[in-house]
Amino acid sequence: MDVQLWPIIGRTILISGVATVLAVLAGAPLGYLLARSRFRGRTLLLALVNTGMGLPPVVVGLAVWLVLARSGPLGALDLIYTKQAMIAAQFIIGLPLVIGVTAAAVQALPRELPDLLLSLGAGPWRTMLLIAREARLGLLAALMAGFGAVISEVGAAMTVGGNLEGSTRVLATAIVTSTGRGEIGAAMVLGGLLLLIAFATNLVLTIVQQRSER
Amino acid sequence: MRRVRPRHLGLALLVVIAACGRAGAGRGGSIILATTTSTQDSGLLDSLVPAFTAATGIEVKVIAVGSGAALELGRRGDADVVLSHAPQAEREYVASGDLVERRLVMHNDFLVVGPAADPAQAKSRALRDGLARIARTGPFISRADGSGTDKKEMALWKEAGVDTARIAKRERTGQGMGATLQVAEQRRGYTLTDRATYLALKPQLTLVPILSGGPELMNVYHVYVVNPARHGRVHEREARAFVDFLVGARAQEMIGAFGRARFGESLFTADAGKADPTGN
Repeated sequence: MDVQLWPIIGRTILISGVATVLAVLAGAPLGYLLARSRFRGRTLLLALVNTGMGLPPVVVGLAVWLVLARSGPLGALDLIYTKQAMIAAQFIIGLPLVIGVTAAAVQALPRELPDLLLSLGAGPWRTMLLIAREARLGLLAALMAGFGAVISEVGAAMTVGGNLEGSTRVLATAIVTSTGRGEIGAAMVLGGLLLLIAFATNLVLTIVQQRSER
Repeated sequence: MRRVRPRHLGLALLVVIAACGRAGAGRGGSIILATTTSTQDSGLLDSLVPAFTAATGIEVKVIAVGSGAALELGRRGDADVVLSHAPQAEREYVASGDLVERRLVMHNDFLVVGPAADPAQAKSRALRDGLARIARTGPFISRADGSGTDKKEMALWKEAGVDTARIAKRERTGQGMGATLQVAEQRRGYTLTDRATYLALKPQLTLVPILSGGPELMNVYHVYVVNPARHGRVHEREARAFVDFLVGARAQEMIGAFGRARFGESLFTADAGKADPTGN
């Protein structure tokens, strides 16, 4: 078995972790805005976000590849087949998921809550933090959903990352390589590790989520 | 509540990503090498590429796809170097000016492998006869992925006068040699493979050589630089360095010796500077 496990594991968690965190940082406020604001076309936008959740990740991979490849508009940045490209693709895959779940979580909150907090003297940042705390069930669900979706994704990871040994090979793409080479034992070990990581992460987040239930 | 503007976030993200991009490149530069799955699956690049990077500091991003796809990456300027084994197709890309600096690198041969029981009774027959028999009984597993092996297979059927639509129990995997051999193994079918990948996977296979030898089954590799005059983003200096390395004494020696320790025989014959072994 010709596989260096630890670097692959570390890389997998790093890339998917960063992508998910970025998706939550960008997506949670957007989800909040979408849930709270009233504007023309809001329903349409919500529908688009929900469609985005079902967007085939491999299609996202193709789109990102077309942009980052040498012949593409951002080709000069030399980002194709790098970890950064993978983070970008996984960010795009996870974003609609996070926005959608956050919006649903925020809509469940009492409508007057932000005004109530502001009237009690909380500044804008404090208000946002308090609301995030109130919606933590939904936010943690968004985090878990986003991470789960991107860590196991293969199509975009292969396309934009190139599955390069030592730099962009992650657990999901390593499974493809091992299977293609007939190294079934290695493939099963990698698959087991991927499941273990996904489970462990979700276990921790679920504990946090459920513990905060008073 | 303070509004976090989505555009500001998007802009910040782009800046962060772009900044990371510069920092990520190898110290001596990098190239994208578009090559075939056969070269990758045989394991040859696993020894050649680190040797090149150690000597020059240039990072090599090996993108292994079928020869057809590799040549297309070259035509679009999405690769810097192309290493391929589809001489007929390559000629078109040289003629159109997309690939330059053509160099002969090495060759090995193709084999038709199949189940030990050999239901078609094709073993050790003359090529045309053997292929006709296999086409009658099948199963035959084709790559059908635009690769050099795929093109060779089509040429062989044509030479043998076989109508590919009438091959018995034919499967098209659309994938690389490793995956296709796996399917052939599971289906107990015949397939065309290059010797290097076959030997590399042999421990997991029960397939045996059925037809081999002769000039028709020769598999010749050339390396090209993607034309920098046509595609401004090609990393020209690094690409030429890789081509020079591949045809240089050190790499040629490694190529000639590759496989001897593990399989008892060389998987490739190093050809740089020689005449084309097929006489083309």
